[in-house]
Amino acid sequence: MNKKQKKMLTRIIIAAVLMIVLAFLPVEGWLRLALYMVPYLTVGYDILRKAFKGICNKQVFDENFLMAIATIGAILIAITRDGDYTEAVAVMLFYQIGELFQSYAVGKSRKNISELMDIRPDYANVEVDGQLEQVDPDEVAIGSYIIVQPGEKVPIDGIVVEGHSTLNTVALTGESIPRDIDEGGEITSGCINMTGVLKIQTTKEFGESTVSKILDLVENASSRKSRSEDFIAKFAKYYTPIVCYSALALAIIPPLVQIFVMGVSPEWGDWVYRALTFLVISCPCALVISIPLSFFAGLGGASNAGVLIKGSNYLETLSQVDTVVFDKTGTLTKGAFEVVGVHLVSGASSTFSDEGDQHKILEIAAHAESASSHPIAKSIQRAYLSCLEGKMDNASDAMVDSYREMDRTRVTDIREISGKGVIASVDGKEVAAGNYRLMNELGITYEECDEVGTIVHMAVDGAYVGHILISDVVKETSKQAMTELKKAGVKNLVMLTGDVEQVAKKVAKELGIDKVFSQLMPGDKVAKVEELLGVENAVEDGASNVQNSISTKKRGKLAFAGDGINDAPVLSRADIGIAMGAMGSDAAIEAADVVLMDDDPMKIAKAIKISRKCMGIVYQNVIFALGVKGICLILGAFGIANMWLAIFADVGVMVIAVLNAIRALFVKNL
Amino acid sequence: MKKTYKIEVDCANCANKMEEAAKNTAGVKDAVVNFMTLKMNVEFEEGVDPKAVMTEVKKNCKIVEDDCEIYF
Repeated sequence: MNKKQKKMLTRIIIAAVLMIVLAFLPVEGWLRLALYMVPYLTVGYDILRKAFKGICNKQVFDENFLMAIATIGAILIAITRDGDYTEAVAVMLFYQIGELFQSYAVGKSRKNISELMDIRPDYANVEVDGQLEQVDPDEVAIGSYIIVQPGEKVPIDGIVVEGHSTLNTVALTGESIPRDIDEGGEITSGCINMTGVLKIQTTKEFGESTVSKILDLVENASSRKSRSEDFIAKFAKYYTPIVCYSALALAIIPPLVQIFVMGVSPEWGDWVYRALTFLVISCPCALVISIPLSFFAGLGGASNAGVLIKGSNYLETLSQVDTVVFDKTGTLTKGAFEVVGVHLVSGASSTFSDEGDQHKILEIAAHAESASSHPIAKSIQRAYLSCLEGKMDNASDAMVDSYREMDRTRVTDIREISGKGVIASVDGKEVAAGNYRLMNELGITYEECDEVGTIVHMAVDGAYVGHILISDVVKETSKQAMTELKKAGVKNLVMLTGDVEQVAKKVAKELGIDKVFSQLMPGDKVAKVEELLGVENAVEDGASNVQNSISTKKRGKLAFAGDGINDAPVLSRADIGIAMGAMGSDAAIEAADVVLMDDDPMKIAKAIKISRKCMGIVYQNVIFALGVKGICLILGAFGIANMWLAIFADVGVMVIAVLNAIRALFVKNL
Repeated sequence: MKKTYKIEVDCANCANKMEEAAKNTAGVKDAVVNFMTLKMNVEFEEGVDPKAVMTEVKKNCKIVEDDCEIYF
């Protein structure tokens, strides 16, 4: 509790004790009023002051005004009647208890959630003259060497140059299994070094490091307001004046009707009391506080699970997702391609015919692709290098010679043709390595491969020499993720890939994906996503008119999940873009609406479940608060509800709604 | 130009009111108040002095919610 809250608590206790004492004192008349004013003012003077100031500033209608009018009114009624001031004081007392609870609960969850995301490093250790010196991470330049000792947070992204250790990435990814890191490994800021001392050469400034980007993202997340929050803010703006005027009408119109129309006694006291009850019930606090709190807790819980959602609005959209479109490579599959075969052109026309020539092809391909970071290019380079190492032992000197190390000076004129492949000059020969499209474009006849996989066709100086067969491995959790998504109510699972049809179909079948679009160029993916968005719209338009308004509202949203490389346009085109494996990829953090810290597809299902739970809580609170208040308002208008019920409808509902909102924070078991 | 300020306010509704008040201040293009993180993000119009504008913002916020604070 902070100072303000402690002061409030003291005031509440004093007022409560005074009230109990007064209940046993046999005083009557004005003295009684004067005595009761002591606890009333003790607990409520600031409300009265605020209400007064509000009126002066022409900001009349707020909850302070409601409470001030209601309690003063109750006191006036008590003066004219039985002198029972307990009710007025109690209303003020309970209102303040409610406010205190709310401020405590919000403060507490604010603290909890910021602690969950406490990955901000306070310092970096820099070696100066053999001595470690703690400096502000902001002051460390790119390329500096920093030391991270066991138990410390890695402050800046970099590469390990000395030492090996295990890293705790739980604050970043929600993954509790530690990760090993060795010399040469890339290290992400925000991890906690557990076992060994690491010397790191930084590759980024602090402001550009993963940890800064994540903190920035998380801190700004709840500033992007959802439609529900906007609705509540607008609602509160109109609601309070409406209730005040209704209360006024309730106090004046029925008595006048009773006098002039029905010709009976007006019973002013009764109607004014009902109007005051009305005011107490109507306080909008429960809604105004619990909705943003639910979102805040939901976002906090999600970040703790390694799912960063960029704003409450995205959390809302995510909960309505019924179509998830996946990029295949790197999202559902490991993206770690492996060369599984090198097939030479059949017939003796080629100069390449025996086993040694297979390596020759691999060598040429590896060199041609040496500048590319595409997963396929990498796999060829890897295959070539491992083949080098494996063959070294029993290879003749001549062979070792021919298997020269990857030597970039041998390669010139590299041209990457997006979605097709690479053309380069290797050892003076023009080499084309790519898919059938590239071959078609160059007018080279190629051979189909009868095995399923990604095919890299090879041509040297315009003559087809053979192809390399590469295949990708599906992630262990992909299948389970698809099942979980279906269970979470996602209707359509779609896979997009630039890969060939057979491969795409095989993977889709293995995972249980409904729709596959294969052999797409990067630009086609955007078009396909647009088509998927559009097709759904068209179907909705065709629906009968009666259904139309409902169905457009209910149109499920489309989420696109990719690994953030190459698919930034698609990520931003979809209703909601989910980027995976954000550790280390800045592009992904920027383009996506939801960022998964590791590349486990299970997290997609988790993100959707978290959002559904959070939105569920939001709706529960809206319905519960409005429902209870609505019923109490009606009861109050008919004179059935008294102030005690009214104060429950206000404070009680608020407490329950706040507790319910905090539930959104717990997402571990989803 | 966008800037973020730390604020202090007790209730969510008051935060909404502050946001409204800040938005309606001359020199402010857009403003978002985040009650949960107690921050105010202000986007200023071109060529204004943030300090001067923030003084006005604070004044306007004090009118709608007496019990608030903006640190700048």
